[in-house]
Amino acid sequence: MKKNLTALMAGLVFGLGLTVSQMVNPDKVLSFLDIFGSWDPSLAFVMGSALAVTAVGYFVVGKRETPLFAEKFEIPGKREIDAPLAIGAVLFGIGWGLVGLCPGPAISALSLGGLKVIGFFAAMAGGMAIFQFTKRYWAGES
Amino acid sequence: MDMFTPVSASIGGALIGLSAVMLMLLNGRIAGISGILSGIALAGSGDKIWRALFVLGLIIAPVLVWLVSGEKPVFQMDASWPLIVLGGLFVGFGTRLGSGCTSGHGVCGLSRLSKRSLVSVLLFMGAGMATVAILQLVLGG
Repeated sequence: MKKNLTALMAGLVFGLGLTVSQMVNPDKVLSFLDIFGSWDPSLAFVMGSALAVTAVGYFVVGKRETPLFAEKFEIPGKREIDAPLAIGAVLFGIGWGLVGLCPGPAISALSLGGLKVIGFFAAMAGGMAIFQFTKRYWAGES
Repeated sequence: MDMFTPVSASIGGALIGLSAVMLMLLNGRIAGISGILSGIALAGSGDKIWRALFVLGLIIAPVLVWLVSGEKPVFQMDASWPLIVLGGLFVGFGTRLGSGCTSGHGVCGLSRLSKRSLVSVLLFMGAGMATVAILQLVLGG
């Protein structure tokens, strides 16, 4: 299936980006978050560059009716800014600041970081599972 | 701590953007990693394999860089085990509750000018910076 092959390619390119930019390196990420200490602004360039390419690319792709290998574009339709969005973002940010890994790098670093990354990944999957089992208590989830 | 590396950061960022555009143009999907990952367990059967392959690509990439450059990509993770477990739980739970992470809200959401994503990015960046600052105080850094 074409969409499987293209997803593998996209994952590979994404992972190359994470590796080349050093987003996979927790030490580098933490020194970006350390604005009151020895701040290294490099990762702002990752975000800036990724946003520039994606914004232009999405604009061009947005002129199409359908994607090449799927029936339709699947775009999140939700608009309202609610408590789950805000609380989830804060919790995620705390976890990110504790270790220096967000989900993409946590996956890519599985091939680099040994047992500690596997432990982080397992805990992250556990956190996702906890959400799944308790989500009926969180109004407005998606 | 680390050296300032704006060139490799910008090249890496452009590759991340390229991947996001590829996934949208080819498959019509947002490149949101927390959503793609959790979908391996949760999505319908016809929708699992591409997600698993995207994740596989993420895992292979550092090895490819390693093979081509002949050097292991720099990886330094100093967090203690209790922090690793706590951090992982928070990242997993938070990204699901908040419907996205650095990729889905940060790269894809901001590129679509989503207000939800802007709020998310400001909050997780702020929370991450505050957490690092507090840790530095507690650990006496």
